[in-house]
Amino acid sequence: MRLVKGGRVVEDRFVRVLDEAPVPDGVPVIVPAARLLADAAELVRREAPTGVLWPNDRRIAELAPHLDRLALVALVFPHFKDGRAYSQARQLRERYCFGGELRATGHVLRDQFLFMQRAGFDCFEVKKDADAEAFIEATRRFSVFYQPTADGRTVALRARLARAIAPRRERAPAR
Amino acid sequence: MYRYDEFDQQLIDERVAEFRDQVRRRLSGELTEDEFKLLRLLNGVYLQLHAYMLRIAIPYGTLSSEQLRMLAHVARRYDKNYGHFTTRQNIQFNWIKLEEIPDTIADLAGAHLHAMQTSGNSIRNITTDHWAGVAPDEIEDPRIWAEILRQWSTLHPEFTFLPRKFKIAITAAKHDRAAVKIHDIGLRLYRNGAGEVGFEVMVGGGLGRTPFVGKTIRPFLPKRDFLSYLEAILRVYNQFGRRDNIYKARIKILVHEIGAESFAKEVEAEWQSIKDGALALDPAVVEEIKSRFRYPVYESLVDEPAELKAALKAEPRFKAWFNNSVSRHKRPGYAIVTLSLKPAGAPPGDCTAEQMDAIADLADRYSGSEIRVGHDQNLVLPHVRQRDLAALWRALDAIGLATPNVGLVSDIIACPGLDYCALANARSIPVAQELTKRFRDLGLAADLGYLHINISGCINACGHHHVGDIGILGVEKNGEEYYQLSLGGRADEHAELGALLGPAMPYAEVADSVEDVVAAYLELRERPAELFAETVKRIGLEPFKERVYAAR
Amino acid sequence: MTSPLQQKLKVHGPVVITANRLGDGAVVYWTAAGAWTTDIAAAAVATASARAKQLLAAATADFVHAVDPYVAPVELSPDRRVLPGNLREQIRVSGPTFSLPGA
Repeated sequence: MRLVKGGRVVEDRFVRVLDEAPVPDGVPVIVPAARLLADAAELVRREAPTGVLWPNDRRIAELAPHLDRLALVALVFPHFKDGRAYSQARQLRERYCFGGELRATGHVLRDQFLFMQRAGFDCFEVKKDADAEAFIEATRRFSVFYQPTADGRTVALRARLARAIAPRRERAPAR
Repeated sequence: MYRYDEFDQQLIDERVAEFRDQVRRRLSGELTEDEFKLLRLLNGVYLQLHAYMLRIAIPYGTLSSEQLRMLAHVARRYDKNYGHFTTRQNIQFNWIKLEEIPDTIADLAGAHLHAMQTSGNSIRNITTDHWAGVAPDEIEDPRIWAEILRQWSTLHPEFTFLPRKFKIAITAAKHDRAAVKIHDIGLRLYRNGAGEVGFEVMVGGGLGRTPFVGKTIRPFLPKRDFLSYLEAILRVYNQFGRRDNIYKARIKILVHEIGAESFAKEVEAEWQSIKDGALALDPAVVEEIKSRFRYPVYESLVDEPAELKAALKAEPRFKAWFNNSVSRHKRPGYAIVTLSLKPAGAPPGDCTAEQMDAIADLADRYSGSEIRVGHDQNLVLPHVRQRDLAALWRALDAIGLATPNVGLVSDIIACPGLDYCALANARSIPVAQELTKRFRDLGLAADLGYLHINISGCINACGHHHVGDIGILGVEKNGEEYYQLSLGGRADEHAELGALLGPAMPYAEVADSVEDVVAAYLELRERPAELFAETVKRIGLEPFKERVYAAR
Repeated sequence: MTSPLQQKLKVHGPVVITANRLGDGAVVYWTAAGAWTTDIAAAAVATASARAKQLLAAATADFVHAVDPYVAPVELSPDRRVLPGNLREQIRVSGPTFSLPGA
């Protein structure tokens, strides 16, 4: 397991707290969703950063009231075919303007990094070392994007309007 | 025709490079089959019984002659000299080698063609009326909107790993030729009482194991909100669609389980939070897309020119074809011509490389270099001058593409079935072949009028058996091929699911039984213009049941 | 024919292990020597579940040369030739049951 952030393999500074285990002081932690909801008042008083592991079958609206006190939200891909957390990520970034770390956990493939990044993830738990190493290449495979998201990439629909005054470079039809 | 610009081309070129890398990693063992399957399906690569199959997208069923020649090239270079047009306006090749697919899609990209999202749990090729842009009964060209959706759905960062596949269809005509009510989302473009043009939005239609007709969740959606509202629907589905059971994962099940009303409420709530965001459609963006659709420069002509009248008088075979395969165009002096891919005894929808090349040449000569693919697995030349019809007919007749059976009993829709497909329980194509032979009498076919036989080789219903006048479904009984008949389905604006006639029958009895059903209809219809589905609705299944089962 | 992927491994009569070759999709069979062949006659035939499971496990372990191996029924002719055991397997050996359009 490698953690990739900002395109590089990094050390995980967060400690995972299991269901009922005591929350250690002074270190960044990731707590389970139920724990966050139950102990929100206490967790707020912590000095060190707090994150939450949010399952993919729970509404983000439930998490929303706590977001301004969270440093990290970890979303879950139980299987690489299960795409629910993409929607949660976009809601967190685009509707609730969550600015902390958004971590993809579970089963994540190299070929999905770009989708995840576009949806708002900025940190990835990666199973295969080779995938972690290929991160930069995998997220630079495409230079054209059709959908506006909060990732800041320019979208073709807009780029076209921007060039409206310049003469259109049209592709010649195929042979 | 939509013309790619540098963005569209760049994206499919980058996609070719990505898939080349994915194939390389699979062949070297870096990827397991489980991982690779997800990736190959997103590029339309299936594994069938004896080879890989590659399904190529034909967005909204529109092809240029250059693109059709490219498909002919793929058939020759990478396959066995033919391709199969599908009910989703795509084409598939049945004998592709995985090792050669990167080169195949690189060739295709040169002709602005791709295979992205023709499979997998993604938003699939957007389908529409195969007469879009030329139909007299449409209010505007729905392909503009289909292209906007094509771009929005291509490599969507949120909706590429949905619970299940997702199909969207659009119609802009009075008569629905795109079967929008049997799609995950069906869109009908129309003018409301206030004179504005917008969309009726239907969700939850679909066939397969649990067929449903779509339900309207928004009677009128302004154009500005087209993308944001669809994004809201997909977001609700992506989060709440079932993932525990593949047979219950389509949106139709979600809509059915929570009810169309609460589904609409969920969508509404989601939509309110995004409708004024980046997806709100700027009319300038729509104009930009529209400006890249090219239409032929129509001459000013008159209907029924002297050349046509003379040929109709002189050539009875031409006249029969004209009456069957030629339809009214929105421009005077022009016609829409349907090319039947259903000659007697042939697999429905198959087309050889030679035929593709010949059709491309004819399109250049007679149809503004444009060809359409219909969901009925036939092709269309959409811009033919009426004065050229006789010459076009002679050319089509010479290559076996002028069978005047469009929309008639031998114009059968069939899935590939057990002859190709790994999912099938029974064969479809030989059943279709036998039926086209039984009904090769074109006089009888014309007398029967509009009557569709749809055949699926398994419950997944790729042959749309639920919405055929006569639906045939292949099942398995003790290791043998059996078939169920259903009657009275239709896919148009009066969409209706067919009702099961009775117990399944063995392969050998299917053609006889269908003949019995057809004979019963001939006898029982009130008047020649009463459609098959209307007769079934009026008198029920009983009289048909008696004919079919009493004799056996 | 129920998709073989859904089959439980109960063996009635002779069976072989079959799959599609990774690179080109060709139909292949697992041999007693532990390799793939396109010739059904050279396939290892099992008549008991235990042996079939053993062959399937060995074939499945090789995921670089073939895709989704499964157990398929065969028939043995009086002169001990291996023949496909149902219509589906027959089609996999001989191709579609009609003549192909491009042929």
